[in-house]
Amino acid sequence: MSESLYLAALALYSAATVLYLVFLLRSGALVGKAAGWALTAGFAAHFLFTVSRYLEAGYTPITNMHESLSFFSLATVGAFLALARKYRAAVLGSFVTPLALALMLASASFPSGIVPLNPALKSAWLGIHTIIAFGGYAAFAVACCAGIMYLLQDRYLKKKKLGVLYRRLPSLDTLDEINYRCLSLGFPMLTIAIISGAIWAESAWGAYWSWDPKETWSLITWFIYAALLHGRLTTGWRGRKAAILAIAGFVVLLFTFIGVNLWLPGLHSYR
Amino acid sequence: MNIIVVGLSHHTAPIETRERLAFESNSIEKPLRGLVTLPDISEGVIVSTCNRVEVYAVTRDIAGGIARIKRFLADWHNLPFDEVSPYLYGHHGDNAIRHVFRVAASLDSLVIGEPQILGQVKAAYGYAAEYGTSGLVLNRFLHKAFSVAKRVRTETFIASSAVSIAFAAVELAKKIFNDLSDKTVLLIGAGEMGELAAKHFFAGGVSGVLVANRTFERGERLAEELGGRAIRFDDLYDHLHKADIILSSTGSPHFIIGPKEVAEVIRRRKQRPMFFIDIAVPRDIAPEVNDLENVYLYNTDDLQGVVESNREQRLKEAAKAEEIVTVEAERFLSWLSSLEVVPTIVALRSRFDEIVRAEVERTLAAWKGMSPEHEKRLEAMTSAMISKLLHTPISVLKHTGQGNRIDLYLDALRSLFDLQTEPAGKGEEMLEIEQDE
Repeated sequence: MSESLYLAALALYSAATVLYLVFLLRSGALVGKAAGWALTAGFAAHFLFTVSRYLEAGYTPITNMHESLSFFSLATVGAFLALARKYRAAVLGSFVTPLALALMLASASFPSGIVPLNPALKSAWLGIHTIIAFGGYAAFAVACCAGIMYLLQDRYLKKKKLGVLYRRLPSLDTLDEINYRCLSLGFPMLTIAIISGAIWAESAWGAYWSWDPKETWSLITWFIYAALLHGRLTTGWRGRKAAILAIAGFVVLLFTFIGVNLWLPGLHSYR
Repeated sequence: MNIIVVGLSHHTAPIETRERLAFESNSIEKPLRGLVTLPDISEGVIVSTCNRVEVYAVTRDIAGGIARIKRFLADWHNLPFDEVSPYLYGHHGDNAIRHVFRVAASLDSLVIGEPQILGQVKAAYGYAAEYGTSGLVLNRFLHKAFSVAKRVRTETFIASSAVSIAFAAVELAKKIFNDLSDKTVLLIGAGEMGELAAKHFFAGGVSGVLVANRTFERGERLAEELGGRAIRFDDLYDHLHKADIILSSTGSPHFIIGPKEVAEVIRRRKQRPMFFIDIAVPRDIAPEVNDLENVYLYNTDDLQGVVESNREQRLKEAAKAEEIVTVEAERFLSWLSSLEVVPTIVALRSRFDEIVRAEVERTLAAWKGMSPEHEKRLEAMTSAMISKLLHTPISVLKHTGQGNRIDLYLDALRSLFDLQTEPAGKGEEMLEIEQDE
């Protein structure tokens, strides 16, 4: 059951990606709508998969690379669906959906079996800590996509060569606002994730903070986003600068999540 | 029944000629009525805009109808016929239908895709409908033209990009700011160009306007007219930070705004973007301003470039639109032909009936003593003969469709059997036949 839901989500995300790219490059309002439906259907299947996996395993299914990449993808699509409507920026999907699909494909490349839970993870904190962390990741993922779109649109406007994408992309103000909105959602979530992690670490490992690679890199990520938020509120780091930082922040975040898990041995090396 | 188009446009005539042949819309009734009193012109619509003067009419006699309307156009304006006739074109058949569809869809316009022409044709048709000079054919024809225009508008991107500098600037502003309603325009120089561009921004939703002019009084006057506020030219830099969109069109021989001033202003604005539009020649704003972050500078040439690429885009879309027009014109032509086919069939049948009836009556009168049953049989036989004889010609007429061939058949039938059909007029009368005894 859960296997077929997973495959359905994967197939629907693939379809949505193709449709969104056609929508981006060739226009056609109907294609955009179809892409939205495919993605929403994919999200529904993906959500049901996650719930059924939770019921099967008996714990929050964010304990290894397969599960967490899948949940990352789910949260990213969810964040996009929530924001696209508000900002009438369907074309954001042309950037977010390929990312969600890539996360999903990465997830599929890891073993998917349900294994008995590592005793250290047996805690109510597992759900709280991981769901909030990936909620924040998802917001930053969308901010990164909006940042890429901002840089493209900014370039078109500066170079005065207005191509096909120029017509499709939203205004700079809209993209900057999406960036800010994601930052103001993602940052508190990342903060809470780090704090809840520290509390959980104290009860599980006996210390709030042990400079485990994951902890260190999370803190680096947190500082980048904190700097962006601070700059934005005080000296007007917006537009291009904010877009670049949102992209840089997301690259570091991806390393924090994937790189640390795979290459830096430590307490958080869950494969 | 033929639709003909007679007139001139920017393609064939210079403005001086177009002006002299123009009709004023508030006194269009007389020429419209004059038009339909011409011999063999049963319906007429007059379209008169600054780019074209055209008559759409319905006639049976194509060559004569076109000639009469050409002369009508010259006579009505008291111009010598020979002087205007080289500029006039006349279309009929397929060409006439395509022409009007293209005009309504803005494919024949000077600026392809401009939206005004459809409204102008609608208004022209409105007058004709009001004064009763359009009938069955033109009513249907123009409504079809409007629906073709709508199809072109919704199915292609022909009108989706700006083709004037001022519109292009407004469109760019919307790609920077999204919502213009809380944005302020600063007009530097109270000249005509700047004023025109400012008005486009108002139409685009901008709310506030500041006017800075060397002669303060003149700036004040313009500010009042636009519902904004005038500022002293010398205080320009103190107010620059309030403006999101700066429209500059002064006669200054050198740059009045440089990157240093703008860098300071943008810092003061906490990096909120600024859009500079420099429509002055020589330029008012140093080009290096464009290199600053969150600042966008477009001068006349840049805007012209945007307009040019929009125009190319429109031409590509126009090709799609032409296909729509071709398909729709074919469909309409076949409807138009069917208008002729039915009355001709009816007339043909009556002509046969008439002859046979006369012959049967003569025979019966001479043949005394025939039983009523035999009379009935005789009548049944003759009417079966008519049906069989006419079966093939009628089915050929019905299935030939549109084009020149059907006209040929109809003409041949009319002259071979001396048929007189009168399908023009108002709906139901279409099927009534007048016979010339």
